[in-house]
Amino acid sequence: MDNNLRREIILDNYQDPMNRGLIEDDSYLKVNTNSESCIDNLDFMMKIEDGIVKDIRFDGEACAISTSASSIMIRSLIGKKKEEVEVILDNYRKMINEEEYDSEVLGELNVYDEICKQPNRKNCALLPSVAIKEMLEEKDND
Amino acid sequence: MHREDFTMLDSDIVYFDNGATTLKPKCVVDSMVNYYTRHTSNIHRGDYDAAIKTNKLYDDTRKVVAKFINSDSDEVIFTSGTTMSINMVVFGYMEKVLNTGDEVLLTKSEHASNVLPWIKLAEKKGIVIKYMDLDEDYSLKLESVKKSITDKTKVISIAHVTNVIGDVRDIEGIGKICRDNSILFCVDGAQSVPHMKVDFKNSNIDFLSFSGHKMCGPTGVGCLILKKKYLDIMEPLCYGGGMNNYFEGDNSYELKKGVTKFEAGTPPIAEVIGLREAILYLDKIGIENIHKHEIELKKYLVKRLKDVPNIRIYNEKSDSGILAFNIEAVFAQDSSIYLNNYNIYVRAGNHCTKMLKDEIGVKNTVRVSMYLYNTKEDVDKLVDVLKKSEDIFKIVI
Repeated sequence: MDNNLRREIILDNYQDPMNRGLIEDDSYLKVNTNSESCIDNLDFMMKIEDGIVKDIRFDGEACAISTSASSIMIRSLIGKKKEEVEVILDNYRKMINEEEYDSEVLGELNVYDEICKQPNRKNCALLPSVAIKEMLEEKDND
Repeated sequence: MHREDFTMLDSDIVYFDNGATTLKPKCVVDSMVNYYTRHTSNIHRGDYDAAIKTNKLYDDTRKVVAKFINSDSDEVIFTSGTTMSINMVVFGYMEKVLNTGDEVLLTKSEHASNVLPWIKLAEKKGIVIKYMDLDEDYSLKLESVKKSITDKTKVISIAHVTNVIGDVRDIEGIGKICRDNSILFCVDGAQSVPHMKVDFKNSNIDFLSFSGHKMCGPTGVGCLILKKKYLDIMEPLCYGGGMNNYFEGDNSYELKKGVTKFEAGTPPIAEVIGLREAILYLDKIGIENIHKHEIELKKYLVKRLKDVPNIRIYNEKSDSGILAFNIEAVFAQDSSIYLNNYNIYVRAGNHCTKMLKDEIGVKNTVRVSMYLYNTKEDVDKLVDVLKKSEDIFKIVI
C-alpha cells in the first residue's frame, strides 16, 4: 500500500473516528483496556444479537494508532457474524505479530501491515482487538 | 557539564528522561565491574582479602550517604529503592503505630509509591487518607498544610520534589509544622536527593526515601533514612540471614539491632558500591552546582518555548529541571514517539501520578527532566524539533 494513502486513512480515522463516545445501554458488553507498555486507556462497548455484531463504540484517551485502529476495526466488524469477527481478529493479531495471515479478510485493517517496524506501537494497534476479543469471550461465558 | 563521563552521550542523543532514571558515569560502572571482576565476595562473614575489601566499601557507603544528606550513618538502611523504602515505612512502622481513624496527609501529585501503600494500610487498619489542597500552580503552600491538620493527623507523607510538576516543597517549613504538632514526617526524596541539597536532620524528617538509579547510581538500590529512635519499633518486612542474632528449635529468636535488621539476605552489593561511587561523583561536582545548572536550563527552555505557539506548559514556575507539556491536540505518546525520531528521549504518560489529572485537567503529559549533563544545545534541539511539529503525523504514522 502507498505510504501516503496509508497515512491518510490512519489520520482520518484518528481525527474523526467512527463511533467514538459511549452510550447508556445495559444490553451492551463493556470492557476497559489499558496497555501495560503504553498509556492508552480506552473503554469499549459492544452489542451482539443473534450471533451478529450490531454495534461497537469506544471512548477514552489514546494515541493515533490505537484510536485509528479502533475506528477502522469497528467499521470492519459491525454487521459481521461472531465467527467472522473471530477470523478477522485472529488474522489481525497474526499480522501485527508478523505471523502468517490472510490479508483478504482484513480489508482496510491492512493499513497496519507495517506497524511491526515500530515494535513499541504493536500494542497500540492490538488494543481494540484485545478489547473486542475479551467482550466476545465474556459473551461465550454467559 | 561532564558529558565526557557518560558513554551514552557518545551517541547523538538528547537524554531528557532523568526523572525516570539517569545515565551512569563511567566511574560508577567501573566500580561495579571492579567488584565483579576483582573482589567478588559476600559481605559480613568473609575473612579473606577480597571480602574484607568488599565489606569496607559496603560499610563505608553508609557514611558516604549519611554525609550527603546529613544523617548519621547508623540511620541509613539500604533498600531496593524508593518504593521499597516507603513500603517498609508504611507496613513495618505505620501499621504498628497507627490506629483506626488516624489521619495521613498526602497530595494528589504524589507518585503511586507514596499513595498505594497508604491506601492498602487504610484497608487494613482503617486509617484515613486526606489530600492537602494544591495552589493554583499545583504547589503545596504551608498554609494548606496547616489548615489540613486536625487533632487526628498523625503523618504527613509527601514528595520533596514532585515528579511531574517538579515543584519543590518547603520541607524545612513543613518539618517544623510536623515537630510542633507531633506529626510523623515522611519525605519521598526520589526527585530531590539527586538534584539539590537535602538535609535530613535540619528538616526534621522522620523517614526519607530515595533511589540510587535516579542519581547516577545503579538500579536495584536505594535508601531509607530514619531517625534512630524508630529502629527498634519498626519491623522488617523480610526475615533471613544477616539480620538475626540467633534462632532455636523452640522458635525463639533474636533479631539484630539497628539498620542491619532490615537487610535480610545478600544485599545488592555491587549496586551499593555503585551508589557509593555515584554519590562521591555528585559530591565532587557539587549538588548546589547541579541544582543551579538545572534551574538555569529550565528557565532557558521555558523562554525558548514561548516562541512555539502550539505548546501548553503545565509547570512553568516550578524550581526544578522538570517541565511537563503537551503539543496542542496531540496525544502525549505521539509526541514522545515524534521526538524519538530526532533522538530526543522524553517520557509521555501520567508518570505514575494518576490522581494529578484531578488537578491539572489532563491525564497525560510529555515530561522533560534534566540533569547535570544536559546543555542549552539539548534544549535548542528540542525546541527546534517542536517548532516543526505540524508535520508530526507524517513522522509518527
